[in-house]
Amino acid sequence: MRIAVCVKQVPDSWAEKKMVNGVLDREGVDAVLNDLDEYAVEEALRIVEAHGGNEEGGANSVTIVSMGPERATEAIRKALSMGANDAILVSDAALAGSDALATSKVLAEVIKNGGFDLVICGTESTDARMSVVPAMLAQRLGWAQLTFASSVSVDPAANTVSITRTTEAGVDSINAKFPAVISVVEKINEPRYPSFKGIMSAKKKTIDSRDLATVGVSAESAWSLVADSAPRPPRAAGVKVTDEGNGGNDLVKFLTEKKFI
Amino acid sequence: MSQIFILADFAGDKCTKTTAELATAAARNASVTAIVLAAPGAGATLAASVKHGPISNVLVVESDDFATHGVAAAADAIAQVIAQKSPNALLIASHAYGKEVAGRVAVATDSGIITDAVDVAADLTATQLVFGGSTTVHSKVSNGVPIITVRPNSIEADLSDSELTEAQVVVSGGRGTNGDFSAVEGFADSLGAAVGASRAATDAGWYPHSHQVGQTGKTVSPQLYVACGISGAIQHRAGMQTSKTIAVINKDPEAPIFDLADFGVVGDLFAVLPQATQGVTAQKS
Repeated sequence: MRIAVCVKQVPDSWAEKKMVNGVLDREGVDAVLNDLDEYAVEEALRIVEAHGGNEEGGANSVTIVSMGPERATEAIRKALSMGANDAILVSDAALAGSDALATSKVLAEVIKNGGFDLVICGTESTDARMSVVPAMLAQRLGWAQLTFASSVSVDPAANTVSITRTTEAGVDSINAKFPAVISVVEKINEPRYPSFKGIMSAKKKTIDSRDLATVGVSAESAWSLVADSAPRPPRAAGVKVTDEGNGGNDLVKFLTEKKFI
Repeated sequence: MSQIFILADFAGDKCTKTTAELATAAARNASVTAIVLAAPGAGATLAASVKHGPISNVLVVESDDFATHGVAAAADAIAQVIAQKSPNALLIASHAYGKEVAGRVAVATDSGIITDAVDVAADLTATQLVFGGSTTVHSKVSNGVPIITVRPNSIEADLSDSELTEAQVVVSGGRGTNGDFSAVEGFADSLGAAVGASRAATDAGWYPHSHQVGQTGKTVSPQLYVACGISGAIQHRAGMQTSKTIAVINKDPEAPIFDLADFGVVGDLFAVLPQATQGVTAQKS
């Protein structure tokens, strides 16, 4: 079983983000592995570990696939130190400012030619938060789409995968044959911390860096463009009262003034 | 006149208020056609519930595949409709399902996509609030049929001659409930509100995960959000800070959630909420 895990390097969640020339300024902020992708890496590792592990040269492997600047190798090393086997990074100056469509095109091309059975993604990146790349990948690859999984089980002998997804209406159970695109929610597992041994061995693992020509796709300019952006004024300070036996009534008074009652 | 298609949004077999919001935005400079995806035989009933306000046409596609093949089947059908009818834009509700359908339709039709718009102008410029609501962005699609997903509860809907009801108020509980959601639920009931929960509350098993507000849980922007016993972790704030009005009840006067509050009560939710519930009930009777 060969699993690809798509990851993205993003600005640290706590960093103050700002727009420069219509795109997110990625230069001046700390960059990390997208939190939500760690769940995807963890789930891929758990799947292979449940079916014989991912020793080098064995039947199972977990490959990290990413698109980004050369600097994204830092985020990829983290995923490798968790236990993934190797990585592919598509890095090309022409990709700067890519939108989700261009990103999914590049990732799909890499995955299509990689001989993978499953692709696992996080549900979204914490910077753009669009949550559309897994669906776009499934569309481009023509593979089954099993997204927002809160559990995943795989039967490698039958080449099938099943997930459950919690929705407002209840719990969906979805089954598909390989190959399939999966996205996992953050409740699915608790990502492991890289061990010292993992960190050391990650330094020796291969990150196959490719430009667009190697991947075999052309760069596409973004099909949605930012006209302008501005910081929003912070919310005006509200009223704060301390409950001294009348807090509930104060709240009702406020809600009445605002015509909610 | 240009024409904009919207994907009619349903909860079960009930048309949601979001459909009217999409139609309101679309109608600013176009005639509005609603696409209804239905199981075989169910289309006519669904279509009847959709046609109101600015929606002049309803286009029904019936197939068994929508139930069994989810977003893939929906996207296929919509892409075919777009290829045949060439609308000027497609608006879809910005929830998990809507965004996935939109993403696939964008790929299938070689069109640009904008998600999580809080407004769409007559010239199809979309307004988004990004980076946890700290920045306003205006963008436009430059290729193909613009596909824009619009966040529920962002646009004041034209609700003339429709009977749509949906929670415009969310009352959420967090760690401060200590697992007892009765006061939160009681207050929500009095306001006709939906109940939400913080990650701390859902992880503790106090409330179902499907009610979690925050990062991958859910983003809400109701008219009124009442946070009870929630300190305001960054994920939770990102999930609710575009709410129009925010009220907060928390014992800790230093809780970060107070920064977002239009009205905050420093106090015990088990004292404040029952009193407020009584007050609301008294006013309504």
